[in-house]
Amino acid sequence: MATMVTSTKPARKTSPGSGPKIPGPNGNGRKHDGDFRGPESQGNRYRIGMWVGLASVAMMFTSLSSAYIVRSASSNDWTPLPMPRVLLVSTVLILASSVTLEAARRKLRAGLSALYKRWLLLTVILGLAFLVAQLFAWRQLVRQGIYLASNPHSSFFYLLTGAHAVHLMGGLLGLLFLTLRWRRQTTEQTSIVKRKAATDAVTVYWHFMDALWIYL
Amino acid sequence: MGRVLAVIIWIVTLLSVLLFLSGKWWLPAAISNHAPALDRQFLITIIVVGLSFTAAQIGLGWMVWKYRDTGKANDRAIYSHGSNRLEVLWTVITAVVFIALGVMGQSVWASLRLNDAPPGSYSVEVVAQQFQWNFHYAGKDGKFGRTDPSLIDDGSLNFIGLDSNDPAAADDSTSAMLAIPVNRPVELRLRSKDVIHNFWVPQLRFKQDLVPGMEIKVHFTANKVGKYELACAELCGQLHFKMKSYMLVLPEDELNALLALPQDQFTARIAELRDKYQLPEYK
Amino acid sequence: MSETHHEEVHRHPAPTGFIRKYIFSLDHKVIGIQYIMLALAAVMVGMLMSLLMRLNLSWPGTSWSILGTLFPTGAPGGVMNPEFYLSLVTMHGTIMVFFVLTTAPQGGFGNYFLPIQIGAEDMAFPVLNMMSFWVTLVGFIVILLAIFVEGNHALGEAFASLGPSWAGGSGTVGPIGGWTGYAPLSALGKIAGPGQGAGMNLWVISIAIFCVGSLLGALNFITTLLNMRTRGMSLMRMPLTCWAWFTTAVLALLSFPVLLGGGILLLLDRIAGTSFFIPGGLYVSGVLSGTNVNFPLHTGGSPILWQHLFWFFGHPEVYIAILPGMGATSHILATFARKPVFGYRAMVFAIFAIGLLGFFVWGHHMFISGMSPYSAIAFSVLTLSIGVPSAVKTFNWLGTLWGGRIRFTTAMLFALGFVSLFVAGGISGLILGQSSLDLPMHDTYIVPAHFHLVMGVASIFGMFAATYFWFPKMFGRFMNETIGRIHFWITFVGVYAIFMPMHVMGLQGMPRRYAQFTEYEFLKTLHPLVVFVSIAAIITITVQLLFYFNVFWSMFKGKPAGENPWEATTLEWNTTSPPPHDNFAGVLPTVYHGPYEFAVPGAPRDYVMQTDVDIEVPSGNGHNGHKH
Ligand code: HEA
Ligand code: HEA
Ligand code: CUA
Ligand SMILES: [Cu+2]
Repeated sequence: MATMVTSTKPARKTSPGSGPKIPGPNGNGRKHDGDFRGPESQGNRYRIGMWVGLASVAMMFTSLSSAYIVRSASSNDWTPLPMPRVLLVSTVLILASSVTLEAARRKLRAGLSALYKRWLLLTVILGLAFLVAQLFAWRQLVRQGIYLASNPHSSFFYLLTGAHAVHLMGGLLGLLFLTLRWRRQTTEQTSIVKRKAATDAVTVYWHFMDALWIYL
Repeated sequence: MGRVLAVIIWIVTLLSVLLFLSGKWWLPAAISNHAPALDRQFLITIIVVGLSFTAAQIGLGWMVWKYRDTGKANDRAIYSHGSNRLEVLWTVITAVVFIALGVMGQSVWASLRLNDAPPGSYSVEVVAQQFQWNFHYAGKDGKFGRTDPSLIDDGSLNFIGLDSNDPAAADDSTSAMLAIPVNRPVELRLRSKDVIHNFWVPQLRFKQDLVPGMEIKVHFTANKVGKYELACAELCGQLHFKMKSYMLVLPEDELNALLALPQDQFTARIAELRDKYQLPEYK
Repeated sequence: MSETHHEEVHRHPAPTGFIRKYIFSLDHKVIGIQYIMLALAAVMVGMLMSLLMRLNLSWPGTSWSILGTLFPTGAPGGVMNPEFYLSLVTMHGTIMVFFVLTTAPQGGFGNYFLPIQIGAEDMAFPVLNMMSFWVTLVGFIVILLAIFVEGNHALGEAFASLGPSWAGGSGTVGPIGGWTGYAPLSALGKIAGPGQGAGMNLWVISIAIFCVGSLLGALNFITTLLNMRTRGMSLMRMPLTCWAWFTTAVLALLSFPVLLGGGILLLLDRIAGTSFFIPGGLYVSGVLSGTNVNFPLHTGGSPILWQHLFWFFGHPEVYIAILPGMGATSHILATFARKPVFGYRAMVFAIFAIGLLGFFVWGHHMFISGMSPYSAIAFSVLTLSIGVPSAVKTFNWLGTLWGGRIRFTTAMLFALGFVSLFVAGGISGLILGQSSLDLPMHDTYIVPAHFHLVMGVASIFGMFAATYFWFPKMFGRFMNETIGRIHFWITFVGVYAIFMPMHVMGLQGMPRRYAQFTEYEFLKTLHPLVVFVSIAAIITITVQLLFYFNVFWSMFKGKPAGENPWEATTLEWNTTSPPPHDNFAGVLPTVYHGPYEFAVPGAPRDYVMQTDVDIEVPSGNGHNGHKH
């Protein structure tokens, strides 16, 4: 096997572990070879990826809100919106969904997969409810004759809530992915770790969306 | 191979430097009060930059000439991972030089942009549009008549939407050419009707965007009587390349005589002045 | 031990069947090559456009019959009209910056070699990787569509049915706005003149799509580098290429979302009638805002807001374009000077410094835009300070050559060319960076002179070097060195001949984006130079055909290359050429040394590969690669 790796010199040189020096840390920053490329490391992959991804999402909303600030300062045509009351409902919904998802995550960590599933499902439902609430909010505005182009404030309202909704759908897909995952009843240690990681990732994302909503 | 490359690099460097030294192509003769300081700053910068450029290229050529592989058997390169002392040295030196340049480079800018036009300066309203310049002169009362985009009427040549009912507008005049006094601070109030344009007169060493929705006030002092080409230097659409006008720098009395005229005679007179003065010679 | 690898490494088994293997491949190596091919296609389009631009600038009014038949409206009788030229400029810039210099260096070579150089079997998220390429390709197709929608009447009519802002067929080859697409020109729609209809919509959409693709890629790069380094591959043992690709990915991750946001706002202004960038009371080509269906009512938008959003992305973008080239140059200089990189640690810090400072200088594109003159001063000084890390890199490159035994392969020639051109182009940034000097310099030809030398050719030279250097690994065959050398000599001299004269044109005040220089007295004297530049450009562009020939000919007919033809040290030379599906045929290598251990005293060869176990390397010489 190893011979295929290097032919410019005897193979043993690259066979792992051998050699005088202790090799430096590997990708997981661990000195020991422990779970190198093991499930742990693959799990971290999802977590890292998620944080990195969130950084860019955050950046996008930062740019939009700085645009919001500049724009509101730059003009005299800034008419405040009558905030649809539905928004309170949606806020409650999304907060609740965060709680349920967190619960789900805890349960999984505790190895109670049955409860895990239940909480997960609940979260999905809440998430969908939130989107519906959003639709109502928009409908309400439209009925008041406030459209995207009516005035900068409404433009930004539709834009930001819209962008948020799109990203939230992404989160929902993630949740669905998890809920589908549980079908594959698996005992294999790797995939359990992976599921843990994936759940963590999605949870982080969801909380972020939540925080984002509050911020908006 | 190493030698050839070295020589080519040096030749290219030499020609590049000559291109600048030839003096055949350079900033046109300046006509504004802030220009000498600006040109001096430019000269300092171009010297520093030119020396760095030459030094770097000569150094590069020298390395490839001297350290080419001569193919001698088991003759190896020097084994070195660098020298922290050198790193510190050249980091500090370049930092000092570059940042010094950067700080010096602010003086002219500050003198032009951080303060309003001095009192008693001569104001003109500039209203750019695709693809022409409109200049709005306040007239004797020194007050600009009210303008309103809804009053714009290209048919009757009211390009800037001047409100004829406004008493201040009575003695105002508009023109497609800019006339300013010599040796007196000039304030331009820059506006645009449609897209972004840019006020650019090479001899003035001066450039400023005209942004729709904003009125940008800038000021400078021209110190040489004559006629100068005024170009648009911000992409504004199809005919950007011929959005041209003239800037006439006139003796105070000649300018006042012009401003005293009613609109129709004004237009005729400024055309005469345009033909009277010649463009500066270009090498 | 090696068993677990075995099981892990084959996470996704080597695909069989053409489609999964070469088209919808999950293999980072195939995806990398796909990116490079995309870049080669894009750069061909971009070059042809620049050729037409030069023809029009130096011989205005001349009739080029082929054009007449291709674009009856844009070039009636073969004579290009102004809007045709301006659309060429816009598309040339857009295609070159986005689809050439943001694809080949990162998505192409980065994709192919980052995983191998850190000893990983693939990218962290192969599916994401595949998606990022296909999304980018869609973006490219959309921008090409702009050419035909504006150029072809029938198609233009078809799009016009989508709505007022979708009218096409203005005879151009795309939108008119420059690659910077300044609002409100780019936001007003076709009322603002030719090239403001469907072409502009497609331009914005294409850019938005491109942003998404790049973001997926960036996410993948960062995760891979953090998570998948093999045993012993500590951060300070990574090749400088990896540091460059990593920093580039971070820049992309943080800057593209901003452009995406801006793009969405711009699109809404165009098709939904919002007023993010369009101020009130505009009077465009005889119509007052709000008095005509083609020109809905707009109020209070801020044109400068677009510039801030664009340049907050735009400046990091230009470093995205050059950092990989810098990485490749460092890598290749060390390899062919047979000498360790001079000041490895300083190089890493310099890359970071450039990346970090790159986020705080965007205002230097906006000195005369009407933004606050005070912020201009801050931006200006920061801009000058960004020259410091760049200079440090230059010094270290020279230091690497010092005392070397330089082997002049074509790859090395281009790497050396990169250093020369980077200095030549970067140095003029120190002029443009001073707010005072930008008063006369802004939007004159000294700006194209600056960015062509530093981006248009330095970065491109980095890609040339990378191609000649890694080709043997990617295809198992050498590129033809003779053709390569001819290509180098003419291109090197040619690009200096094209872009050096542009500096002095700028000094005399020649404005950018002018379809003709015939209108102004102060431009007429420059005509000889303009013609000279065009001739140089025609020659240089023609010579590039040699490169294309060399690439495709060598793929099949090139001299076979072994596993490590350049006697290099890093992991990619530690596996077969081309590498197997999982890069290391089952057993991931273990790393014992720094990336550039050349000329080690007492070592059997003049190079020590990172995997060489029983070769002692003296440590404690300012290089911390071994301090574990
Ligand atoms: C790869 C792309 C790239 C790179 C690396 C750079 C690098 C730099 N750029 Fe440039 N720039 C562009 C691409 C790039 N630029 C583009 C595309 C535009 C135009 C956009 C448009 O309007 O269309 C632009 C425009 C642009 C402007 C705006 C001009 C204007 O529109 O008015 C400015 C102004 O400050 C600027 C500055 C700089 C500076 C200070 C650097 C610095 O990073 C340069 C640092 C390098 C050096 C300083 C050289 C180092 C070597 C030495 C110093 C030698 C020392 C050795 C010895 C002495 C032996 N650039
Ligand atoms: C990568 C960037 C890039 C490159 C390579 C080029 C290449 C060239 N450019 Fe361009 N150019 C821009 C980026 C670039 N340009 C930008 C951003 C603008 C501003 C647009 C605007 O104003 O909005 C511009 C504008 C611009 C103008 C100004 C137009 C105007 O303001 O009116 C001109 C004028 O002559 C010009 C000319 C040329 C010429 C003759 C070439 C020649 O083609 C040079 C010869 C070509 C090469 C040497 C490269 C060959 C590369 C390969 C063959 C492939 C490389 C390998 C891999 C990808 C693996 N360009
Ligand atoms: Cu007005 Cu260009
Ligand atoms: Cu910049």
